[in-house]
Amino acid sequence: MYLYPLISVTLLQGGQREMSEFILEMRGITKQFPGVKALDNVNLKIREGEIHALCGENGAGKSTLMKVLSGVYPYGTYDGEILFKGEVCRFKDIKQSEQLGIVIIHQELALIPYLSIAENIFLGNERAKRGIINWNETIAQTKKLLQKVGLDESPHTLVGQLGVGKQQLVEIAKALAKDVKLLILDEPTAALNEDDSENLLNLLLELKKQGLSAIIISHKLNEITKVADSITILRDGKTIETLDMKHDEVTEDRIIRGMVGRDLTNRYPSRTPKIGEIIFEVRNWTVYHPVYSERKVLDNINLSIRRGEIVGIAGLMGAGRTELAMSIFGRSYGKKISGEIWKNGVKIDVSDVSKAIANGIAYVTEDRKGNGLILMEDIRKNITLSRLGKISNHFVVDENQEIVESERFRDQFKIKTPSVFQKVEALSGGNQQKVVLSKWIFAEPDILILDEPTRGIDVGAKYEIYTIIQQLADAGKGILMISSELPEILGMCDRIYVMSEGIITGEVSREEATQEKLMRLMTKTAIQEGA
Amino acid sequence: MGALMQKTAQHSPKRSTESQQLSLKQMIKNNMRSYSMVIALILIMLLFQVLTGGILLRPLNITNLILQNSYILVLAVGMMLVIITGHIDLSVGSVAAFVGALAGILMVQHHASVWLTVLICLLLGALIGAWQGFWVAYVKIPSFIVTLAGMLLFRGLTMVILEGQSIAPFPKTFQNMSSGFLPDVFHGGEIHLFTIVIGFAASLLFVVLEWRKRNSQKKYGFAVTPAAMFALKLAVIAAVIMIFTYILATYEGIPTILVILVALIIAYSFVANRTVVGRHIYAIGGNEKAAQLSGIKTKRVTFWVFVNMGVLAALSGLIFAARLNAATPKAGNLFELDAIAACFIGGASAYGGIGTISGAIIGGLVMGVMNNGMSLLGLGIDWQQAIKGLVLLIAVAFDIYNKNKAA
Repeated sequence: MYLYPLISVTLLQGGQREMSEFILEMRGITKQFPGVKALDNVNLKIREGEIHALCGENGAGKSTLMKVLSGVYPYGTYDGEILFKGEVCRFKDIKQSEQLGIVIIHQELALIPYLSIAENIFLGNERAKRGIINWNETIAQTKKLLQKVGLDESPHTLVGQLGVGKQQLVEIAKALAKDVKLLILDEPTAALNEDDSENLLNLLLELKKQGLSAIIISHKLNEITKVADSITILRDGKTIETLDMKHDEVTEDRIIRGMVGRDLTNRYPSRTPKIGEIIFEVRNWTVYHPVYSERKVLDNINLSIRRGEIVGIAGLMGAGRTELAMSIFGRSYGKKISGEIWKNGVKIDVSDVSKAIANGIAYVTEDRKGNGLILMEDIRKNITLSRLGKISNHFVVDENQEIVESERFRDQFKIKTPSVFQKVEALSGGNQQKVVLSKWIFAEPDILILDEPTRGIDVGAKYEIYTIIQQLADAGKGILMISSELPEILGMCDRIYVMSEGIITGEVSREEATQEKLMRLMTKTAIQEGA
Repeated sequence: MGALMQKTAQHSPKRSTESQQLSLKQMIKNNMRSYSMVIALILIMLLFQVLTGGILLRPLNITNLILQNSYILVLAVGMMLVIITGHIDLSVGSVAAFVGALAGILMVQHHASVWLTVLICLLLGALIGAWQGFWVAYVKIPSFIVTLAGMLLFRGLTMVILEGQSIAPFPKTFQNMSSGFLPDVFHGGEIHLFTIVIGFAASLLFVVLEWRKRNSQKKYGFAVTPAAMFALKLAVIAAVIMIFTYILATYEGIPTILVILVALIIAYSFVANRTVVGRHIYAIGGNEKAAQLSGIKTKRVTFWVFVNMGVLAALSGLIFAARLNAATPKAGNLFELDAIAACFIGGASAYGGIGTISGAIIGGLVMGVMNNGMSLLGLGIDWQQAIKGLVLLIAVAFDIYNKNKAA
């Protein structure tokens, strides 16, 4: 008689705790893009007052998931449901999610450099009555917020005068001003140095004590193990597992296994490499940042490529891979570049792009729309652009010859288009990439640097691009292939250099290479190396 | 790779003919804009021909149209290249005035020879272009700012060297540059026979060149326009050339300035469409970063485009001074806006990368015919400006509408 009500009370309490334990639940989220399933039945649960890390390779779906959560992809464009504080949410835009206290701080900071700290913090959220800003209140509240995030600056200081670390703190203050309940940080320390990173992570732990819940997306596993209470791992748009730092035994190896552990099916054409002598060498290559000229972006890089060899460069975002490629290709990136480039045993001059091209180097950019193609021009003009001399006579372009040449590429690479007069902006990503490749093969290089050659391309076109790359290697060219997709690196490359924070942290042969091994080298930071 | 090529080679003949037919459709679609502007020009001419009771197309007025618009058309040719690279030049009117003033001082006050003066003036134009090109290409100051400064600078310098006065008159040889006519070597009497002969020769040359182009395309195995259509096209264009020269022949014949203008149009169209540097200019305007990463020396090309603009602005200034028979401080006022409007009406994109020399000429003619027609109708300068403004806006709006529809 006595027991029953007691039990029911505890049950009720237990039930309520269940309800309120999770501040956020995302259930069965599926997001489809044309041709790609970016998220496939993803589940994510965040406890009230915890720091939850979201891990996964580039392209695993982390950012997409956060865009679904914040309403960038509005309700109706995805399947599944979002519960915030136990209530179903159907966000139409970011404004709605922010009203509930879900705030994202993006990797690229969204601050306006020419406005003051106070103006930035209350941008879009102004302390105003009938459109007239109350500056006194704005300044007073800014001071309080700055104190909270531990930033000792005047509210009137222009944001552009602050370093990246302090700007990151302003972003957090801005989030706090919006009465944030759940803070999402996308790679918050990617651009920060060690001290600033440390500072930021401590601030997060401090805010957690005050009851803030946070999701942190990071590649730096040592940071995750330091601040996170639990970890959800995504891979290929699926939830792999959620680990509790207190109860599960979580090591960096365990996380890495979760991030990369996928089956390698037959996604790469088979090939027997015919590797010859060394044809290309980079020696003691050091490059400084183009704007912050005291910052070393690349530090004493040495690498070599043999004839017929496909050499991979693995590394996380910000490791300096694209910077390496572009600095080699006619000093298109960086300042105070030192070091030497050797080809076939001779030192060559690559001090501008046309010299690099003349010396037989080609660079296929990772940003094909921004840096690779002239979208408003037709296929034919894009293909011949980097070596017009080949089809010209006394600086007059032989257009008939041009059509013949570009038709040849259209046939050979199966560029799906009615004619070479088609403007490239009308082509699909895969076909655009084939045009970029055609353009550089037309230039007849000996060394091809391919930067993310299959980014944003569907699986079928990827296979075709892989075939082209292998044919080029078999024709005796040296290939340097940068890729963020580890399976691609493992499937394609004969030898792999791994980069982290501007240095080469390892060189791995095809036989030795495993995803775990590469990931460990990719996440190796200066501090770990010192220890 | 060889195997792959062989495999696809079997399919290629069929595919390429199929594609050529489609590409013809594509080419028509791509050229829609320039065709539609030609049609618009013809409609505007017909409209004013009716409204003015047939005055517009009279031989005297046609000749006048050419003389009145020559200096704007010269500017529009250079401006088109500037706009294709993604820049703008607001200073051309002032530069034209400055060069005209220098010509006046040299020829009228110092009695320098005509040819020496022309040479010095064109060099001065190149120097001014180099000055502005330096700031735009190498220092990366937006061209709007650099040439706005140039607009003030060279207008000011014009007034300085002229001391606020006009200088006149110019020697006869100089005046002939913009108001003279080719002499009739055949002495045809009523009709300017030499002009008729030139008309025939030009038509014949056109037919021969087109014929050779078609044969060369055939040699490469490309599908070509069907013979009937090709013949029709040649006949129409040859007829237009001959009717045009006939009309001129019934007045005073071919104006000297028309020869200069036609030479410029042919030369610059060739450079823009057929040469390596032309490709580079379009590439820079289309995507400067991609152009640079393709090995194009983007700064150098931009610099020379401005030098070229300077030379053409100088030429325009000389033509205008010769026509006015005076160097005045007010010369070239608002020329830059007419030239820029001509380019945009003629299909240039404000973001760079798109535009043709023939488009600039057609745009310039649309403006010129409207000016002339409205003047003939006795419309005041006030209404003329207002209407021209609307036409510019509508032409560009039409362009953007077309693009959005295509996308």
